[in-house]
Amino acid sequence: MLGYARSGPLRNRGGVGALTQPTGHAFIPALAFAVLAGPVIIGLLFVLLPAFGYLPALGGTWFSLEPWRRLIAAPGVLHGAIISLAAGLVTGAASLAITILFLAGFHGSRAFEAMRRLVSPLLAVPHAAAALGLAFLIAPSGLIFRALAAVGFGTDRPPDLLTVHDTGGLAMMAGLIVKEAPFLLLVSLAALPQIEAPARMVVARTLGYRPATAWLKAVAPALYPLIRLPVLAVIAYSSSVVDVGVILGPTNPPPLSVAVLRWQSDPDLSARFLAAAGALLQLGVTAAGLGLWLLGERLVARLARARLESGGRGRHERWVPLFGGAGMALVAALAVLGFITLAIWSFAVSWRYPALWPVPLTLANWSHVLPMTFGPLTATLEIGAVSTAVSVIIVIAALEHELATSRPAGAWAMRLLYLPLVVPPVAFLFGLVVAAESAGLIPGLIAVALGHIVFVMPYVYLSLSEPYRRLDPRWSQIAATLGASPWTAFLAVRLPLLAAPCLTAIAVGFAVSVGQYLATQLLGAGRVDTLTTEAVALASGGERKIIAVWALAQTLLPAIGFGLAIAIPRVLWRNRRAMLDAQ
Amino acid sequence: MRLAKTAFAAFTAAALTLSAAFAADPDPKAWDAVTAAAKGQTVYFNAWGGDTQINDYIAWAGGEAEKRYGVKVVHVKLTDTADAVSRVLAEKTAGTNEGGSVDLIWINGANFASMKSKGLLLANGWAEDTPNYKGLDADNNPAVLLDFMVPVKGQELPWGKAQLVFAYDSAKLTDPPRSTPALLAWAKTHPGRFTYPLPPDFMGTTFLKQVLYEYTGGQKSIYHPVDKADFAKVTAPLWAYLDELHPLLWHQGRTFPANYPEMRHLLADNEVSIAFSFNPSDASSAIAKGELPNTVRTYVSDIGSIGNVHFVAIPFNAKAKAGAMVLANFLLSPEAQARKADPKVWGDPTVLAVGSLPAEDKARFDALALGIATLKPAELGALALEPDPSWVDALVKEWQKRYAGK
Repeated sequence: MLGYARSGPLRNRGGVGALTQPTGHAFIPALAFAVLAGPVIIGLLFVLLPAFGYLPALGGTWFSLEPWRRLIAAPGVLHGAIISLAAGLVTGAASLAITILFLAGFHGSRAFEAMRRLVSPLLAVPHAAAALGLAFLIAPSGLIFRALAAVGFGTDRPPDLLTVHDTGGLAMMAGLIVKEAPFLLLVSLAALPQIEAPARMVVARTLGYRPATAWLKAVAPALYPLIRLPVLAVIAYSSSVVDVGVILGPTNPPPLSVAVLRWQSDPDLSARFLAAAGALLQLGVTAAGLGLWLLGERLVARLARARLESGGRGRHERWVPLFGGAGMALVAALAVLGFITLAIWSFAVSWRYPALWPVPLTLANWSHVLPMTFGPLTATLEIGAVSTAVSVIIVIAALEHELATSRPAGAWAMRLLYLPLVVPPVAFLFGLVVAAESAGLIPGLIAVALGHIVFVMPYVYLSLSEPYRRLDPRWSQIAATLGASPWTAFLAVRLPLLAAPCLTAIAVGFAVSVGQYLATQLLGAGRVDTLTTEAVALASGGERKIIAVWALAQTLLPAIGFGLAIAIPRVLWRNRRAMLDAQ
Repeated sequence: MRLAKTAFAAFTAAALTLSAAFAADPDPKAWDAVTAAAKGQTVYFNAWGGDTQINDYIAWAGGEAEKRYGVKVVHVKLTDTADAVSRVLAEKTAGTNEGGSVDLIWINGANFASMKSKGLLLANGWAEDTPNYKGLDADNNPAVLLDFMVPVKGQELPWGKAQLVFAYDSAKLTDPPRSTPALLAWAKTHPGRFTYPLPPDFMGTTFLKQVLYEYTGGQKSIYHPVDKADFAKVTAPLWAYLDELHPLLWHQGRTFPANYPEMRHLLADNEVSIAFSFNPSDASSAIAKGELPNTVRTYVSDIGSIGNVHFVAIPFNAKAKAGAMVLANFLLSPEAQARKADPKVWGDPTVLAVGSLPAEDKARFDALALGIATLKPAELGALALEPDPSWVDALVKEWQKRYAGK
């Protein structure tokens, strides 16, 4: 009945947890390590060899520094690397600043709840779709300038302003901030309960600090260590993103990751060595970005200590809610307006500058494209289902293991979790393809689904770990005292209590899988069509109205997933309201 | 002695049977055997998927192939043909000499040269023995025998033609410049109203080749490998031209459109006044779909306009070789070529020698309505041949050295 009868003294088995958790899970940490770190390490290894000249199929049978000489000689590489580095740091800093200022200025107010509800669905929008919406919005012939022309500020030609594809990468950074600021906001909200923010606020307010300053001085320093890893993930992603770089980034020279992808597909097959060297350079750029950020943290901590301890109560703190609110409102506005622009394009026959509204409207685009989406849709669903299911099972097993051994995931485990998010995919995916082929793995749906697990699992873990930890352990103990076996306690008590967070985690994992581009493209040998690969293929030469339909179709899928994640618990617990916010 | 003779005969017979069993490549000279082998096969046709009307045409061709020959066609949509080249190369690296993932590939130019030199294509000259090959009248049509000056030798089958035409909105521009020198003079009075796609995009490199062609007077050196010529001397006029042109380009040359369709959007939104295309019917198709205003017209350079032929090829390790041959042959049939040349469908000109076809096939082409912005074949003028593919690489490298990141 109870596991302890077979297992020895309680103090050697992690305390009460051993009584209530199922046994047989000691291999879980090793499995998680294999799933998360294995592909990354193997991929990097198989990129390391060509970078130093070793690739037998192309005649490279000895080591040489030739690829590095070519890399240094390639024009625009340094500029592209600097753009990538800047994009990573600026996106990270701006997203963090907007999040912190918004939280400081608006926590607890009604506007906060409204903004949070507005901004949460943005997580479901894939990066490519958000970037496309922004591109159609801020282009010289886009909706904003057409609106300006309509009220008299324009001519019959679009203005000679370089917005999309600007040389500094600002449009690309904007496209990234629109997605990353909501991500950091939600991660912060998930972390806040751990630091007992209300208690801190009460103390600070009673000491006389104004609300925003109280939050900034009492809560923010405690919050930051909890969101440091997500911030680093944002910096790493922004410094190595490919699809947003293609849609919004500079073209001449492009960001480094886009250049590396181009070298990997260059008809001159010897450029593959160059691509491998470039991939390692990208790794270096991302590492430099992360390193600079960590140094910056120390610097800011040193400079801010004086201000934190100075005792200033914040008499002039108006600018905090001003900037925070303006920043978050701008993020929301750009995202929503971009979405609206895509929607209008999807119903247009022709919509040339300076028309503000397309006439006539038609359903022909949708009726033409929707039948073509069925194949990619099926593939997307299958891949998403497999990768999310496997990830969720492994994550729940890992969390159960944590509960059983009463050892929450340590710092190193968290770093392992973030490894696939911090190593640029353009660096290790190409190596993974070569490794998979040498091992005889046929490219296809299975390979892609397995590859997606590497990217989906960290997000599922992040989404599920908080609710799991916050679950009151006494429920499981009561079940044990009433005679339930550990498995029964898990299935009949813990899982139902965590139904809503589990469904949300599934929706998050599914959304991540839907938005994957590089993994599907490379591991599927281009033969696996998902909604995202179709959208990006068309973005390289399609009509805007067709691109808009595909981008919207690509967004609908995770949106439906999140909708179900909210709706199903309500239906399930319609006669048991308290289950909805159990724990 | 007799025992030895019988043993030898038996051994030879066995060896021949075994080798026949392992003889992988279908022989198009025995076409009935090829169609029989093709029935039930699935052909993975790797072709650029960035244009909806081309995708629709390929879908139609696949449907017909399944109906008539039992060959199922899957269109693998590529962002870049080089992706499929990478795929075949990776398979060769891993030793996959049979059952590869690419059966038929839409290809020409530098990609073809690359695959041919690395031994990635089916080697037996299959294209020249397919039934519809005779419709090309290859003896009088040398353009189908050379792919950017590289001999085809039956390793790829012609599919369509391309020729460089310029497009402009006649309602906004009354007298377009009809040669590249005239274009530069026009750009001085109309700065920011012209651009070209970023090399190495094939339309961008085509613009470079067109300028080079017009300024070198068709010198023979560009039709031979580049290392045999004095590259700096031959291309000096080109770089002088671009040095003058770049500050006058759209956004002062700080950014370039990624490819031809983006350039077409710029023309549609009146961000530029002149665009160019490789498909003479593309402007008409765009007008029919509402993408361009119906006042857009096209013209070719007075000095001569570059053109080429595009092909389909079969990789050495394709799984469905017979099916691929059957599909390629169908794509070259007069019925499929006529449908392809229809601007309402795709508008890509045919490679068949229409004049020498039988009467009923000729009638298919005569009945086509070319479209309001398409030049008649007589107006298209002489096709200037593409330079040797080694020039493309050299031009792109030099362009990137001078203008990338500046």
